[in-house]
Amino acid sequence: MSTNEMSKTLGPDGGGGALVVGWKANRWWIAGLIVLAVAPFLVYPIFLAKILCFALFAIAFNLLLGYVGLLSFGHAAFFGMAAYISGHVMKEWGVTPEVAILIATASMAVLGVVFGMIAIRRQGIYFAMVTLALSQMVYFLALQSEFTHGEDGIQGIPRGAFLGLVSLESSLSIYYFVAGVFVLGFLFVYRVIHSPFGQVLKSVRENEARATSLGYDTDRYKLLAFTLSATLAGLAGATKVLVFQLASLTDVTWQMSGEVVLMTLLGGVGTILGPVVGAGIVVSMHNLLAEIGSVTTIVQGLIFILCVLVFRRGVVGEVSAWLRRRRSTKKHPRAG
Amino acid sequence: MTRESLLVLRDLQTWYGESHILHGVSLDVAEGEVVTLLGRNGAGKTTTLKSIMGLARHRRGSVAFGGQETVHLSPNRIARMGIAFCPEERGIFSSLNVRENLTLPPVIRDGGMSLDEVYDLFPILLERGGSVGTKLSGGEQQMLAIARILRTGAKFLLLDEPTEGLAPVIVEQIGRIINVLKERGYTILLVEQNFRFASTVADRHYVVEHGRIVDEVSGNAVSSNREKLEAYLGV
Repeated sequence: MSTNEMSKTLGPDGGGGALVVGWKANRWWIAGLIVLAVAPFLVYPIFLAKILCFALFAIAFNLLLGYVGLLSFGHAAFFGMAAYISGHVMKEWGVTPEVAILIATASMAVLGVVFGMIAIRRQGIYFAMVTLALSQMVYFLALQSEFTHGEDGIQGIPRGAFLGLVSLESSLSIYYFVAGVFVLGFLFVYRVIHSPFGQVLKSVRENEARATSLGYDTDRYKLLAFTLSATLAGLAGATKVLVFQLASLTDVTWQMSGEVVLMTLLGGVGTILGPVVGAGIVVSMHNLLAEIGSVTTIVQGLIFILCVLVFRRGVVGEVSAWLRRRRSTKKHPRAG
Repeated sequence: MTRESLLVLRDLQTWYGESHILHGVSLDVAEGEVVTLLGRNGAGKTTTLKSIMGLARHRRGSVAFGGQETVHLSPNRIARMGIAFCPEERGIFSSLNVRENLTLPPVIRDGGMSLDEVYDLFPILLERGGSVGTKLSGGEQQMLAIARILRTGAKFLLLDEPTEGLAPVIVEQIGRIINVLKERGYTILLVEQNFRFASTVADRHYVVEHGRIVDEVSGNAVSSNREKLEAYLGV
Protein backbone atom coordinates (compact mmCIF):
# COMPACT_ATOMS: atom_id res chain seq x y z
CA MET A 1 0.00 0.00 0.00
CA SER A 2 2.77 2.38 0.85
CA THR A 3 3.90 2.43 -2.77
CA ASN A 4 0.39 3.40 -3.80
CA GLU A 5 0.44 6.16 -1.26
CA MET A 6 3.85 7.29 -2.35
CA SER A 7 2.76 7.67 -5.92
CA LYS A 8 0.05 9.98 -4.66
CA THR A 9 2.50 12.13 -2.75
CA LEU A 10 3.48 13.61 -6.07
CA GLY A 11 -0.11 14.71 -6.52
CA PRO A 12 -1.70 18.11 -6.89
CA ASP A 13 0.10 19.81 -4.08
CA GLY A 14 3.25 17.72 -4.02
CA GLY A 15 4.96 20.05 -6.44
CA GLY A 16 4.91 22.93 -4.00
CA GLY A 17 1.40 24.27 -3.86
CA ALA A 18 1.25 26.14 -7.14
CA LEU A 19 -2.13 25.52 -8.66
CA VAL A 20 -1.41 24.57 -12.23
CA VAL A 21 -4.53 24.60 -14.32
CA GLY A 22 -5.32 22.23 -17.14
CA TRP A 23 -4.08 18.83 -18.13
CA LYS A 24 -0.99 18.89 -15.98
CA ALA A 25 -2.95 19.37 -12.78
CA ASN A 26 -5.75 17.03 -13.75
CA ARG A 27 -3.24 14.31 -14.56
CA TRP A 28 -2.56 13.80 -10.86
CA TRP A 29 -6.21 13.84 -9.90
CA ILE A 30 -6.92 11.19 -12.52
CA ALA A 31 -3.93 9.12 -11.39
CA GLY A 32 -5.15 9.31 -7.81
CA LEU A 33 -8.65 8.19 -8.76
CA ILE A 34 -7.26 5.28 -10.80
CA VAL A 35 -5.12 4.19 -7.85
CA LEU A 36 -8.20 4.32 -5.61
CA ALA A 37 -10.20 2.30 -8.13
CA VAL A 38 -7.61 -0.40 -8.76
CA ALA A 39 -6.15 -0.75 -5.26
CA PRO A 40 -8.79 -3.15 -3.82
CA PHE A 41 -7.86 -5.74 -6.45
CA LEU A 42 -4.28 -5.73 -5.23
CA VAL A 43 -4.69 -5.24 -1.47
CA TYR A 44 -7.29 -6.44 1.02
CA PRO A 45 -10.16 -3.92 0.60
CA ILE A 46 -11.14 -3.70 4.28
CA PHE A 47 -7.58 -2.77 5.13
CA LEU A 48 -7.66 -0.06 2.47
CA ALA A 49 -11.01 1.18 3.73
CA LYS A 50 -9.53 1.46 7.21
CA ILE A 51 -6.64 3.52 5.85
CA LEU A 52 -9.03 5.83 4.03
CA CYS A 53 -11.13 6.39 7.16
CA PHE A 54 -8.06 7.29 9.18
CA ALA A 55 -6.74 9.37 6.29
CA LEU A 56 -9.96 11.39 6.33
CA PHE A 57 -9.66 11.76 10.10
CA ALA A 58 -6.06 12.99 9.72
CA ILE A 59 -7.05 15.38 6.92
CA ALA A 60 -9.68 16.86 9.23
CA PHE A 61 -7.13 17.22 12.00
CA ASN A 62 -4.55 18.71 9.64
CA LEU A 63 -7.01 21.40 8.58
CA LEU A 64 -6.76 22.72 12.11
CA LEU A 65 -3.10 22.06 12.93
CA GLY A 66 -1.61 22.61 9.50
CA TYR A 67 -3.61 25.60 8.36
CA VAL A 68 -4.65 27.40 11.55
CA GLY A 69 -1.82 26.25 13.79
CA LEU A 70 -4.09 24.92 16.51
CA LEU A 71 -3.04 21.58 18.04
CA SER A 72 -6.14 19.79 19.21
CA PHE A 73 -5.58 16.92 21.54
CA GLY A 74 -9.19 15.88 21.65
CA HIS A 75 -10.22 15.02 18.13
CA ALA A 76 -11.00 11.45 19.16
CA ALA A 77 -14.13 12.88 20.78
CA PHE A 78 -15.57 13.73 17.37
CA PHE A 79 -14.25 10.62 15.66
CA GLY A 80 -15.50 8.26 18.37
CA MET A 81 -18.78 9.97 19.19
CA ALA A 82 -19.75 10.06 15.52
CA ALA A 83 -19.00 6.34 15.38
CA TYR A 84 -21.35 5.69 18.30
CA ILE A 85 -24.10 7.85 16.89
CA SER A 86 -24.04 6.40 13.41
CA GLY A 87 -23.76 2.87 14.83
CA HIS A 88 -26.72 3.50 17.12
CA VAL A 89 -29.03 4.95 14.49
CA MET A 90 -28.14 2.20 12.02
CA LYS A 91 -28.71 -0.60 14.48
CA GLU A 92 -31.63 0.72 16.53
CA TRP A 93 -33.46 2.95 14.09
CA GLY A 94 -32.60 0.96 10.98
CA VAL A 95 -31.77 3.96 8.83
CA THR A 96 -29.72 3.64 5.64
CA PRO A 97 -25.95 4.20 5.90
CA GLU A 98 -25.85 7.60 4.20
CA VAL A 99 -28.56 8.91 6.55
CA ALA A 100 -26.68 7.54 9.57
CA ILE A 101 -23.50 9.25 8.40
CA LEU A 102 -25.35 12.52 7.88
CA ILE A 103 -26.93 12.41 11.33
CA ALA A 104 -23.61 11.61 13.02
CA THR A 105 -21.69 14.21 11.04
CA ALA A 106 -24.24 16.92 11.71
CA SER A 107 -24.14 16.10 15.44
CA MET A 108 -20.38 16.54 15.39
CA ALA A 109 -20.79 19.92 13.71
CA VAL A 110 -22.91 20.98 16.69
CA LEU A 111 -20.45 19.48 19.19
CA GLY A 112 -17.64 21.17 17.26
CA VAL A 113 -19.24 24.60 17.67
CA VAL A 114 -19.68 24.04 21.41
CA PHE A 115 -16.16 22.71 22.00
CA GLY A 116 -14.71 25.28 19.64
CA MET A 117 -16.30 28.20 21.45
CA ILE A 118 -14.65 27.06 24.66
CA ALA A 119 -11.28 26.01 23.24
CA ILE A 120 -10.35 28.76 20.77
CA ARG A 121 -10.13 31.30 23.56
CA ARG A 122 -6.69 29.92 24.32
CA GLN A 123 -3.66 29.04 22.24
CA GLY A 124 -0.81 26.56 22.33
CA ILE A 125 -0.60 24.17 25.24
CA TYR A 126 -3.75 25.60 26.85
CA PHE A 127 -5.76 24.97 23.71
CA ALA A 128 -4.45 21.40 23.60
CA MET A 129 -5.31 20.84 27.26
CA VAL A 130 -8.81 22.29 26.96
CA THR A 131 -9.56 20.03 24.00
CA LEU A 132 -8.11 17.07 25.89
CA ALA A 133 -10.28 17.82 28.91
CA LEU A 134 -13.41 18.12 26.78
CA SER A 135 -12.67 14.89 24.96
CA GLN A 136 -12.12 13.10 28.26
CA MET A 137 -15.63 14.17 29.24
CA VAL A 138 -16.89 12.60 26.04
CA TYR A 139 -14.93 9.46 26.92
CA PHE A 140 -16.62 9.36 30.30
CA LEU A 141 -20.03 9.72 28.66
CA ALA A 142 -19.21 6.91 26.27
CA LEU A 143 -18.14 4.71 29.16
CA GLN A 144 -21.21 5.41 31.30
CA SER A 145 -24.17 6.09 29.08
CA GLU A 146 -26.52 3.39 27.99
CA PHE A 147 -26.62 3.78 24.25
CA THR A 148 -22.88 3.23 23.90
CA HIS A 149 -23.00 -0.04 25.87
CA GLY A 150 -19.91 0.90 27.91
CA GLU A 151 -17.06 -1.58 27.64
CA ASP A 152 -18.89 -3.72 25.09
CA GLY A 153 -19.47 -0.96 22.59
CA ILE A 154 -22.07 -1.25 19.87
CA GLN A 155 -21.50 -4.54 18.10
CA GLY A 156 -22.92 -6.21 15.03
CA ILE A 157 -23.89 -2.98 13.32
CA PRO A 158 -25.45 -3.77 9.92
CA ARG A 159 -23.83 -2.13 6.92
CA GLY A 160 -27.19 -1.75 5.26
CA ALA A 161 -27.73 -0.71 1.71
CA PHE A 162 -26.61 2.60 0.20
CA LEU A 163 -29.75 4.67 -0.51
CA GLY A 164 -31.61 1.49 0.37
CA LEU A 165 -30.62 0.08 -3.03
CA VAL A 166 -27.01 -1.06 -3.13
CA SER A 167 -25.99 -3.53 -0.45
CA LEU A 168 -22.70 -2.69 1.24
CA GLU A 169 -22.21 -6.16 2.72
CA SER A 170 -19.40 -7.22 0.41
CA SER A 171 -15.87 -5.98 1.07
CA LEU A 172 -15.59 -4.41 -2.35
CA SER A 173 -18.82 -2.45 -2.16
CA ILE A 174 -18.01 -1.07 1.29
CA TYR A 175 -14.56 -0.14 0.04
CA TYR A 176 -15.93 1.85 -2.88
CA PHE A 177 -18.45 3.51 -0.61
CA VAL A 178 -15.68 4.59 1.76
CA ALA A 179 -13.50 5.69 -1.15
CA GLY A 180 -16.37 7.86 -2.36
CA VAL A 181 -16.77 9.50 1.05
CA PHE A 182 -13.01 9.97 1.24
CA VAL A 183 -12.80 11.66 -2.16
CA LEU A 184 -15.63 14.03 -1.26
CA GLY A 185 -13.95 14.91 2.04
CA PHE A 186 -10.59 15.35 0.36
CA LEU A 187 -12.01 17.60 -2.37
CA PHE A 188 -13.83 19.65 0.23
CA VAL A 189 -10.68 20.27 2.26
CA TYR A 190 -8.72 20.99 -0.91
CA ARG A 191 -11.25 23.65 -1.86
CA VAL A 192 -11.23 25.15 1.63
CA ILE A 193 -7.45 25.40 1.73
CA HIS A 194 -7.24 27.04 -1.67
CA SER A 195 -10.10 29.47 -1.10
CA PRO A 196 -9.74 33.03 0.21
CA PHE A 197 -11.01 31.62 3.52
CA GLY A 198 -8.03 29.24 3.54
CA GLN A 199 -5.66 32.13 2.96
CA VAL A 200 -7.10 33.99 5.91
CA LEU A 201 -6.58 30.83 8.01
CA LYS A 202 -2.93 30.69 6.96
CA SER A 203 -2.49 34.35 7.84
CA VAL A 204 -3.99 33.68 11.28
CA ARG A 205 -1.57 30.81 11.79
CA GLU A 206 1.37 32.97 10.85
CA ASN A 207 0.60 36.25 12.51
CA GLU A 208 -2.72 36.56 14.26
CA ALA A 209 -2.18 40.15 15.34
CA ARG A 210 -1.54 41.17 11.74
CA ALA A 211 -4.63 39.38 10.48
CA THR A 212 -6.72 41.14 13.13
CA SER A 213 -5.32 44.54 12.30
CA LEU A 214 -6.17 43.99 8.64
CA GLY A 215 -9.77 43.72 9.77
CA TYR A 216 -10.43 40.02 10.30
CA ASP A 217 -12.27 38.78 13.35
CA THR A 218 -9.82 35.91 13.81
CA ASP A 219 -11.89 34.16 16.49
CA ARG A 220 -14.71 33.65 14.03
CA TYR A 221 -12.34 32.15 11.48
CA LYS A 222 -10.82 29.87 14.09
CA LEU A 223 -14.23 28.75 15.27
CA LEU A 224 -15.34 27.99 11.74
CA ALA A 225 -12.15 26.05 11.04
CA PHE A 226 -12.55 24.13 14.30
CA THR A 227 -16.12 23.27 13.44
CA LEU A 228 -15.22 22.12 9.93
CA SER A 229 -12.43 20.01 11.34
CA ALA A 230 -14.72 18.45 13.96
CA THR A 231 -17.38 17.77 11.35
CA LEU A 232 -14.95 16.02 9.03
CA ALA A 233 -13.49 14.01 11.92
CA GLY A 234 -17.08 12.98 12.63
CA LEU A 235 -17.56 12.00 9.00
CA ALA A 236 -14.48 9.80 9.25
CA GLY A 237 -15.67 8.14 12.46
CA ALA A 238 -19.17 7.56 11.15
CA THR A 239 -17.77 5.95 8.01
CA LYS A 240 -15.37 3.75 9.93
CA VAL A 241 -18.28 2.18 11.81
CA LEU A 242 -19.67 0.86 8.54
CA VAL A 243 -16.38 -0.83 7.74
CA PHE A 244 -15.88 -2.59 11.08
CA GLN A 245 -19.54 -2.81 12.14
CA LEU A 246 -18.36 -1.90 15.61
CA ALA A 247 -18.23 1.28 17.68
CA SER A 248 -16.02 0.91 20.72
CA LEU A 249 -14.26 2.88 23.41
CA THR A 250 -10.97 2.70 21.48
CA ASP A 251 -12.24 5.41 19.15
CA VAL A 252 -12.84 7.97 21.93
CA THR A 253 -9.68 7.43 23.98
CA TRP A 254 -6.98 10.06 24.21
CA GLN A 255 -4.64 7.55 22.54
CA MET A 256 -6.75 7.93 19.42
CA SER A 257 -6.30 11.72 19.64
CA GLY A 258 -2.55 11.07 19.84
CA GLU A 259 -2.63 8.67 16.93
CA VAL A 260 -4.02 11.31 14.59
CA VAL A 261 -1.33 13.77 15.69
CA LEU A 262 1.26 11.12 14.85
CA MET A 263 -0.26 10.41 11.44
CA THR A 264 -0.31 14.07 10.53
CA LEU A 265 3.24 14.81 11.69
CA LEU A 266 4.63 11.66 10.09
CA GLY A 267 3.01 12.40 6.75
CA GLY A 268 3.67 16.12 6.76
CA VAL A 269 1.72 18.79 8.59
CA GLY A 270 0.29 21.53 6.44
CA THR A 271 0.42 19.50 3.23
CA ILE A 272 -2.74 18.20 1.63
CA LEU A 273 -1.44 14.67 1.05
CA GLY A 274 0.64 14.37 4.21
CA PRO A 275 -2.17 13.10 6.45
CA VAL A 276 -3.12 10.50 3.84
CA VAL A 277 0.42 9.15 3.68
CA GLY A 278 0.75 9.33 7.47
CA ALA A 279 -2.46 7.39 7.97
CA GLY A 280 -1.22 4.80 5.46
CA ILE A 281 2.04 4.38 7.34
CA VAL A 282 0.52 4.19 10.81
CA VAL A 283 -2.29 1.81 9.87
CA SER A 284 0.12 -0.43 7.91
CA MET A 285 2.48 -0.42 10.85
CA HIS A 286 -0.31 -1.51 13.18
CA ASN A 287 -1.16 -4.34 10.84
CA LEU A 288 2.40 -5.51 10.37
CA LEU A 289 3.20 -5.34 14.05
CA ALA A 290 -0.12 -6.76 15.26
CA GLU A 291 1.43 -10.15 16.03
CA ILE A 292 4.10 -8.83 18.36
CA GLY A 293 1.50 -7.12 20.52
CA SER A 294 2.44 -4.37 22.91
CA VAL A 295 5.84 -3.80 21.32
CA THR A 296 3.93 -1.86 18.65
CA THR A 297 3.81 1.25 20.78
CA ILE A 298 7.59 1.14 21.28
CA VAL A 299 8.21 0.85 17.55
CA GLN A 300 5.68 3.60 16.93
CA GLY A 301 7.42 5.81 19.47
CA LEU A 302 10.82 5.19 17.90
CA ILE A 303 9.50 6.02 14.45
CA PHE A 304 7.99 9.20 15.78
CA ILE A 305 11.29 10.24 17.38
CA LEU A 306 13.12 9.42 14.16
CA CYS A 307 10.63 11.49 12.19
CA VAL A 308 10.99 14.51 14.44
CA LEU A 309 14.79 14.30 14.44
CA VAL A 310 15.48 13.46 10.80
CA PHE A 311 12.61 14.64 8.66
CA ARG A 312 10.68 17.21 10.56
CA ARG A 313 8.50 18.22 7.64
CA GLY A 314 7.12 14.69 7.38
CA VAL A 315 7.29 12.39 4.39
CA VAL A 316 5.32 14.58 2.00
CA GLY A 317 6.89 17.79 3.29
CA GLU A 318 10.40 16.42 2.67
CA VAL A 319 9.55 15.03 -0.76
CA SER A 320 8.02 18.28 -1.96
CA ALA A 321 10.91 20.31 -0.51
CA TRP A 322 13.30 18.00 -2.36
CA LEU A 323 11.35 18.43 -5.61
CA ARG A 324 11.39 22.19 -5.22
CA ARG A 325 15.14 22.21 -4.62
CA ARG A 326 15.71 20.03 -7.66
CA ARG A 327 13.53 22.24 -9.80
CA SER A 328 15.33 25.42 -8.77
CA THR A 329 18.80 23.94 -9.34
CA LYS A 330 17.59 22.82 -12.75
CA LYS A 331 16.30 26.26 -13.56
CA HIS A 332 19.24 28.31 -12.36
CA PRO A 333 22.09 27.03 -14.57
CA ARG A 334 19.95 27.80 -17.63
CA ALA A 335 19.05 31.27 -16.44
CA GLY A 336 22.62 32.08 -15.39
CA MET B 1 -6.50 76.47 6.40
CA THR B 2 -8.79 74.88 8.92
CA ARG B 3 -9.64 71.27 8.42
CA GLU B 4 -11.68 68.95 10.52
CA SER B 5 -9.66 66.60 12.69
CA LEU B 6 -10.08 63.02 11.59
CA LEU B 7 -8.21 61.50 14.48
CA VAL B 8 -8.16 62.98 17.95
CA LEU B 9 -6.11 61.48 20.78
CA ARG B 10 -6.68 62.81 24.27
CA ASP B 11 -4.64 61.72 27.28
CA LEU B 12 -3.97 58.27 25.82
CA GLN B 13 -2.25 55.98 28.32
CA THR B 14 -1.04 52.49 27.49
CA TRP B 15 0.48 49.68 29.47
CA TYR B 16 2.39 46.58 28.44
CA GLY B 17 1.78 44.32 31.40
CA GLU B 18 3.18 46.21 34.39
CA SER B 19 5.09 48.83 32.46
CA HIS B 20 3.42 52.11 31.77
CA ILE B 21 4.46 53.15 28.25
CA LEU B 22 2.30 56.06 27.18
CA HIS B 23 1.73 58.71 29.83
CA GLY B 24 -1.01 60.71 28.21
CA VAL B 25 -0.54 61.31 24.50
CA SER B 26 -2.73 63.99 22.93
CA LEU B 27 -2.60 64.80 19.24
CA ASP B 28 -4.77 65.67 16.26
CA VAL B 29 -4.55 64.62 12.66
CA ALA B 30 -6.68 66.45 10.12
CA GLU B 31 -8.10 64.81 7.05
CA GLY B 32 -5.61 64.74 4.20
CA GLU B 33 -2.66 65.56 6.41
CA VAL B 34 0.65 63.73 6.66
CA VAL B 35 1.91 63.84 10.22
CA THR B 36 5.00 62.23 11.66
CA LEU B 37 5.88 61.08 15.12
CA LEU B 38 9.56 61.67 15.75
CA GLY B 39 11.51 60.47 18.71
CA ARG B 40 14.20 58.18 20.03
CA ASN B 41 13.98 54.43 20.36
CA GLY B 42 11.63 53.46 23.13
CA ALA B 43 9.93 56.85 23.27
CA GLY B 44 6.51 55.33 22.54
CA LYS B 45 6.00 56.08 18.85
CA THR B 46 5.17 52.57 17.77
CA THR B 47 3.08 52.08 20.90
CA THR B 48 1.06 55.12 19.94
CA LEU B 49 0.26 53.56 16.56
CA LYS B 50 -0.53 50.21 18.15
CA SER B 51 -2.78 51.89 20.67
CA ILE B 52 -4.70 53.67 17.93
CA MET B 53 -5.10 50.34 16.14
CA GLY B 54 -6.12 48.57 19.32
CA LEU B 55 -3.20 46.15 19.18
CA ALA B 56 -1.98 47.35 22.54
CA ARG B 57 -5.00 46.16 24.50
CA HIS B 58 -4.44 47.81 27.83
CA ARG B 59 -5.15 51.45 27.10
CA ARG B 60 -7.06 54.32 28.60
CA GLY B 61 -8.00 57.80 27.49
CA SER B 62 -9.68 58.77 24.28
CA VAL B 63 -9.04 57.81 20.67
CA ALA B 64 -11.72 59.33 18.49
CA PHE B 65 -11.78 58.52 14.81
CA GLY B 66 -14.19 60.47 12.64
CA GLY B 67 -15.92 61.59 15.82
CA GLN B 68 -16.40 58.06 17.14
CA GLU B 69 -14.69 56.74 20.27
CA THR B 70 -12.64 53.62 19.49
CA VAL B 71 -10.70 53.01 22.65
CA HIS B 72 -12.87 50.06 23.65
CA LEU B 73 -12.97 48.40 20.24
CA SER B 74 -10.98 45.39 19.09
CA PRO B 75 -8.43 45.77 16.28
CA ASN B 76 -10.59 44.15 13.63
CA ARG B 77 -13.46 46.56 14.37
CA ILE B 78 -11.07 49.51 14.23
CA ALA B 79 -9.68 48.26 10.92
CA ARG B 80 -13.23 48.07 9.56
CA MET B 81 -13.73 51.76 10.40
CA GLY B 82 -11.10 52.61 7.83
CA ILE B 83 -7.76 52.68 9.64
CA ALA B 84 -4.98 50.58 8.16
CA PHE B 85 -1.74 49.75 9.90
CA CYS B 86 1.57 48.92 8.24
CA PRO B 87 3.81 47.54 10.99
CA GLU B 88 7.55 48.03 11.23
CA GLU B 89 8.19 44.32 10.76
CA ARG B 90 5.88 44.55 7.73
CA GLY B 91 3.98 41.37 8.56
CA ILE B 92 4.23 39.79 5.12
CA PHE B 93 2.81 36.27 5.23
CA SER B 94 5.42 33.74 4.17
CA SER B 95 2.87 31.06 3.36
CA LEU B 96 1.25 33.28 0.74
CA ASN B 97 2.71 34.62 -2.50
CA VAL B 98 2.83 38.29 -3.40
CA ARG B 99 -0.53 38.31 -5.17
CA GLU B 100 -2.21 36.44 -2.31
CA ASN B 101 -0.66 38.82 0.20
CA LEU B 102 -2.05 41.72 -1.78
CA THR B 103 -5.55 40.35 -2.03
CA LEU B 104 -5.77 38.99 1.51
CA PRO B 105 -6.99 42.12 3.34
CA PRO B 106 -10.75 42.48 3.14
CA VAL B 107 -12.18 45.38 1.14
CA ILE B 108 -14.03 47.31 3.80
CA ARG B 109 -15.53 50.09 1.73
CA ASP B 110 -15.57 51.61 -1.75
CA GLY B 111 -12.91 54.02 -2.81
CA GLY B 112 -9.92 51.75 -2.35
CA MET B 113 -7.49 51.29 -5.19
CA SER B 114 -8.11 48.57 -7.70
CA LEU B 115 -5.45 45.96 -8.18
CA ASP B 116 -4.45 47.66 -11.44
CA GLU B 117 -3.96 50.99 -9.72
CA VAL B 118 -1.85 49.31 -7.08
CA TYR B 119 0.30 47.73 -9.79
CA ASP B 120 0.64 51.13 -11.49
CA LEU B 121 2.03 52.53 -8.29
CA PHE B 122 4.16 49.48 -7.51
CA PRO B 123 5.09 47.84 -10.83
CA ILE B 124 7.60 45.59 -9.11
CA LEU B 125 4.77 43.74 -7.36
CA LEU B 126 3.22 42.72 -10.67
CA GLU B 127 6.56 41.37 -11.76
CA ARG B 128 7.02 39.39 -8.54
CA GLY B 129 3.39 38.31 -8.24
CA GLY B 130 4.08 34.60 -7.94
CA SER B 131 7.00 34.78 -5.53
CA VAL B 132 6.70 33.92 -1.87
CA GLY B 133 6.03 37.15 0.03
CA THR B 134 9.04 36.92 2.30
CA LYS B 135 11.45 36.07 -0.55
CA LEU B 136 11.32 39.68 -1.72
CA SER B 137 14.01 42.19 -0.89
CA GLY B 138 13.46 44.48 2.08
CA GLY B 139 12.38 47.36 -0.10
CA GLU B 140 10.00 45.22 -2.10
CA GLN B 141 8.50 43.82 1.09
CA GLN B 142 7.96 47.34 2.34
CA MET B 143 6.21 48.23 -0.92
CA LEU B 144 4.04 45.12 -0.58
CA ALA B 145 3.18 45.97 3.02
CA ILE B 146 2.05 49.47 1.99
CA ALA B 147 0.40 48.31 -1.22
CA ARG B 148 -1.86 45.75 0.36
CA ILE B 149 -3.56 48.20 2.69
CA LEU B 150 -4.41 50.53 -0.21
CA ARG B 151 -6.87 48.07 -1.67
CA THR B 152 -9.10 47.98 1.37
CA GLY B 153 -10.65 51.41 1.03
CA ALA B 154 -9.13 52.60 4.30
CA LYS B 155 -8.22 56.25 3.97
CA PHE B 156 -6.22 56.60 7.15
CA LEU B 157 -2.83 54.93 7.13
CA LEU B 158 -0.54 54.27 10.07
CA LEU B 159 2.95 53.63 8.74
CA ASP B 160 5.57 52.46 11.20
CA GLU B 161 9.11 53.32 10.07
CA PRO B 162 8.59 52.58 6.39
CA THR B 163 12.17 53.55 5.53
CA GLU B 164 14.01 51.62 8.21
CA GLY B 165 17.02 49.72 6.89
CA LEU B 166 16.38 50.54 3.25
CA ALA B 167 18.76 51.85 0.60
CA PRO B 168 18.57 55.61 -0.15
CA VAL B 169 17.11 54.98 -3.61
CA ILE B 170 14.27 52.97 -2.10
CA VAL B 171 13.71 55.58 0.60
CA GLU B 172 13.30 58.18 -2.12
CA GLN B 173 10.83 55.94 -3.91
CA ILE B 174 8.79 55.49 -0.74
CA GLY B 175 8.83 59.25 -0.25
CA ARG B 176 7.36 59.66 -3.73
CA ILE B 177 4.69 57.10 -3.00
CA ILE B 178 3.70 58.86 0.21
CA ASN B 179 3.36 62.10 -1.73
CA VAL B 180 1.18 60.39 -4.33
CA LEU B 181 -1.02 58.98 -1.59
CA LYS B 182 -1.32 62.43 -0.06
CA GLU B 183 -2.43 63.87 -3.38
CA ARG B 184 -5.06 61.18 -3.55
CA GLY B 185 -6.48 62.32 -0.25
CA TYR B 186 -5.08 59.72 2.10
CA THR B 187 -4.39 60.77 5.67
CA ILE B 188 -1.13 59.41 7.03
CA LEU B 189 0.35 59.16 10.49
CA LEU B 190 3.95 58.15 10.14
CA VAL B 191 6.55 57.02 12.64
CA GLU B 192 10.07 58.03 11.69
CA GLN B 193 13.53 58.25 13.16
CA ASN B 194 14.93 59.82 10.02
CA PHE B 195 13.68 63.38 10.24
CA ARG B 196 15.43 64.42 7.05
CA PHE B 197 13.13 61.98 5.27
CA ALA B 198 10.16 63.02 7.38
CA SER B 199 10.66 66.67 6.51
CA THR B 200 10.30 65.85 2.79
CA VAL B 201 6.85 64.31 3.16
CA ALA B 202 5.11 65.62 6.27
CA ASP B 203 2.97 68.66 7.02
CA ARG B 204 3.63 68.53 10.72
CA HIS B 205 5.80 66.68 13.21
CA TYR B 206 5.16 65.67 16.78
CA VAL B 207 8.12 64.88 18.99
CA VAL B 208 7.55 61.98 21.37
CA GLU B 209 9.60 61.53 24.49
CA HIS B 210 9.02 59.20 27.46
CA GLY B 211 5.50 58.44 26.36
CA ARG B 212 4.40 62.06 25.92
CA ILE B 213 4.19 64.57 23.12
CA VAL B 214 6.82 67.15 24.06
CA ASP B 215 6.81 69.37 21.00
CA GLU B 216 5.15 70.11 17.72
CA VAL B 217 6.89 71.52 14.66
CA SER B 218 5.20 72.45 11.41
CA GLY B 219 6.73 71.15 8.21
CA ASN B 220 8.03 74.43 6.90
CA ALA B 221 9.64 75.30 10.23
CA VAL B 222 11.90 72.27 10.23
CA SER B 223 14.96 74.07 8.93
CA SER B 224 14.69 76.86 11.47
CA ASN B 225 14.21 74.32 14.24
CA ARG B 226 16.92 72.00 13.06
CA GLU B 227 19.11 72.32 16.15
CA LYS B 228 16.23 71.79 18.51
CA LEU B 229 15.12 68.68 16.63
CA GLU B 230 18.61 67.28 16.55
CA ALA B 231 18.81 67.72 20.28
CA TYR B 232 15.55 65.76 20.68
CA LEU B 233 16.64 62.95 18.41
CA GLY B 234 20.38 62.83 19.04
CA VAL B 235 21.73 60.10 21.25
